[in-house]
Amino acid sequence: MGIRIKVEPRISHPPILPLTILVISLSMGFLGIGVLFAFYGINPFAAIWKIFSGSFGSLYGLSETMTKAIPLILIGAGLTLVFRAKFWNIGAEGQLLLGAIFSGYVGLNLGSLIPSFFTVPVMFMAGFIGGALWALPTVILRTKFNVNEVISTLMLNYIAAEILNFLITGPWKGKTQMGFPYTDDLPHHATLTLIPGTRIHIVTLVVALLSALILYVLVYYTKFGYELRVTGDNPHAARYAGINFMKITMTMMTISGGLAGVAGVGELAGIHHHLSYPSSISSGYGYTAIIVAWLAKLNPLMAIFSGIFFAGILVGGDAIQISLGLPSATVQIFNGILLFSLIMGDYFLTHRVRVVVQA
Amino acid sequence: MSRLKRLEMRDITKKFGDVIANKSISLYLEAGEILGLLGENGAGKSTLMNILYGLYRPDSGSIIINGKAVVFRSPSDAIGHGIGMIHQHFKLIENHTVLENIALAYRAAPFFFPTGKAGRRLSSFKEAYGLEVNPDAYIWQLSAGEQQRVEILKTLLLGADLLILDEPTSVLTPQESQGLFTILKKLAKEGHSIIFISHKLEEVLSICTRVTVLRDGEVVGTRERQELDKRELARMMVGREIDFELSRSECDKGPEVLKVKGLNVKGDRGENSVNGVDFEIHEGEIFGVAGVSGNGQQELVEAITGLRPIEGGQVTLRGKEISKPSPSIISRLGVSHIPEERIKYGTAPGLPFYENCVLKQHTRPSFARRLLLDFSSIKRQAKQIMIRYDIRVPSINVPVKTLSGGNIQKLILGREISAGPSLLVASHPTYGLDVAATQYIRDQILKLREKGVAVLLVSEDLEELFQLCDRISVMFKGHMVGIVPRGAFDLEKIGLMMTGLAEAPLLEECNGYPDQG
Ligand SMILES: Nc1ncnc2c1ncn2[C@@H]1O[C@H](COP(=O)(O)OP(=O)(O)OP(=O)(O)O)[C@@H](O)[C@H]1O
Ligand SMILES: [Mg+2]
Repeated sequence: MGIRIKVEPRISHPPILPLTILVISLSMGFLGIGVLFAFYGINPFAAIWKIFSGSFGSLYGLSETMTKAIPLILIGAGLTLVFRAKFWNIGAEGQLLLGAIFSGYVGLNLGSLIPSFFTVPVMFMAGFIGGALWALPTVILRTKFNVNEVISTLMLNYIAAEILNFLITGPWKGKTQMGFPYTDDLPHHATLTLIPGTRIHIVTLVVALLSALILYVLVYYTKFGYELRVTGDNPHAARYAGINFMKITMTMMTISGGLAGVAGVGELAGIHHHLSYPSSISSGYGYTAIIVAWLAKLNPLMAIFSGIFFAGILVGGDAIQISLGLPSATVQIFNGILLFSLIMGDYFLTHRVRVVVQA
Repeated sequence: MSRLKRLEMRDITKKFGDVIANKSISLYLEAGEILGLLGENGAGKSTLMNILYGLYRPDSGSIIINGKAVVFRSPSDAIGHGIGMIHQHFKLIENHTVLENIALAYRAAPFFFPTGKAGRRLSSFKEAYGLEVNPDAYIWQLSAGEQQRVEILKTLLLGADLLILDEPTSVLTPQESQGLFTILKKLAKEGHSIIFISHKLEEVLSICTRVTVLRDGEVVGTRERQELDKRELARMMVGREIDFELSRSECDKGPEVLKVKGLNVKGDRGENSVNGVDFEIHEGEIFGVAGVSGNGQQELVEAITGLRPIEGGQVTLRGKEISKPSPSIISRLGVSHIPEERIKYGTAPGLPFYENCVLKQHTRPSFARRLLLDFSSIKRQAKQIMIRYDIRVPSINVPVKTLSGGNIQKLILGREISAGPSLLVASHPTYGLDVAATQYIRDQILKLREKGVAVLLVSEDLEELFQLCDRISVMFKGHMVGIVPRGAFDLEKIGLMMTGLAEAPLLEECNGYPDQG
């Protein structure tokens, strides 16, 4: 008697399968994380409980979660769009940094030229433009020169980080920062109002929620969203229907890159108030948002919930890092494991595995 | 494993949500038989065969082979019991050779240098059944008929005793179909059994030994070949008599709609596919393009509809020269297009039925207000197409990928015809349609003509061309070798032109127009 495991494609699936698989893959993810804890000699249940109580169990935890959800929702909602057109933008991290740089320039240097009332709106606009400009070349590279966008967007992340490093240690290095590689602090009228007692910058939060809603309407109710969905579903049919792939991806990347740029504005003007090292401006939001978009099943509105969920994991991760003395990469490992199990889950939506017993 | 001698499917039922695709279906088949499986579009033929091939699992019912009940959980189980299936859409890898494709499927092939063993087996099969293919040719170099032969060889090599062929002839030229029938008859004589699905009644009558007819997921009846004729078959399928006659009224030719002059187009591999083609189509005229597939018809159509760049010459639509053709410009000029590769171009399978009903028309004011789509008018349109073209769908909200092959074709036809074109470019419009739907579509095309629409009709079905066209042109190796007016249609002459044997003389003979009405 022999036992074999066979994997075979699934032609159709029952309607509840997607939800079942989502629940199972998240559970598997947490199981994987739990095993890691166990290796560390930590009770996995206690640790996972601590993650969620750290992020959702207290007012402070909740406010921190919302703070981190802002960039994740902004970027995640934008990514649902481009991923739908099967354009794999891995460059949100760089687009965020460019948004921070552009708005930082406005806040630091144009303060005297613009009435202070307008400074923040102009900063948001500059941030959007910065992020979009960093995103668009990759569309041209792809459509005109057939350069894979995964490579080009990823490479632009490193370039963006180096530009920021260069600026803060060179030309934009602040005179008031006692030699630290920061720019000067933004003037008060160039910073964002916070909900008292928290770090939640209200304007950006509202912009994030509205963006998700507007993008949802865009995808499901407009001509443009229709063209986007046709392109994602069958590019040949899109061409037959006279839909211009370049125009679609250009617009999508403008929105996706722009929203990442807006997230950069929020981080700069809402939290840090000066430009500093890339890793402290962003802490990987551009990458985490990829998982946010994926968990949202490419539905912009769902990005709100998955954004908050992953923000919770970031905050909870920080909490156990401190209280249980875990290494700082822990959170990244969580996210990696969760993304991995989500993608595996998608695979089981189209494939089934069975064990065959042979006589 | 002993050979498959008798197969039985008993009381097979399969539901998709509320749709009952198969209702307690039973059929049987013995070695050496060719069973025809017939039925209207959406009757449940493909579903039943997918169950037999292990792709779907039945909700109830059983499959019995040589008297023993078997359960198939996947195609590999079915293959293990000697059942092979050739799908309508081939599943070959384009950039690999014939031999590599076969070795890939061949389970007995060794891990290293798998092509050696497969190659030896292949040549023995090729000789035994007269299946001629070059094992070193790449798949993309092969015609549809040759690719099908590769699929058959692959299936035989896996040890199939029962071959299921789902609409195998819809992609073949008449000559290729004849070749296929010779092979099938030979296989049956060797003790293989065959299940053959087709909408072409003549084909079924010419090769099948027995026929089972399905309607709405149920068996209407099973008859021996001797008890059947074409009318009886059609009546069993549809449940009423079908009128095979079409009324084709005389109508006046209006002004010119499409003019093509000195057109040159390149094919996918950079070869000259269309060479200096000239013709024009007038309002109220159906202009046919005959020819063995692969002689430039597809490239011609793609150039006219803006899907393929023009290398030289001019295309003029209603007096306006199209200098930079694109599908959206051309569609805005009133051109509808029923594409040859319907699955590849015609639909977005993951999107719901109603959204597919306005593909390419979604920017029209009737379906969109400013930026927003007008879903209530889109759904109204979808319902109308569903009713007028008798499309069998449970609701207009289901994704198109759940439709049967013929119903997808009806959706495309309904959409393109109701777009109100001034020029309809139709490639093989009745591919995969059942007899009733075929009649209906041909009638619709004639109605368009009466309304003054110009029609460019590409088909390999000469009967269809003879029924519908005012003029028939013949393409051979990228040239239009002749244009024959109605009244001078002659099966033999056009057949010769299609093979390139009659060229120049006919061209001169047939250049004039006949005096009509
Ligand atoms: N995966 C699916 N999900 C839902 N419904 C389906 C699915 N596959 C088939 N159906 C439905 O089952 C019915 C039978 O479909 P099937 O493909 O078997 O028809 P068919 O006889 O092969 O028709 P055709 O001649 O048009 O190919 C149709 O109404 C179809 O819409
Ligand atoms: Mg079918």
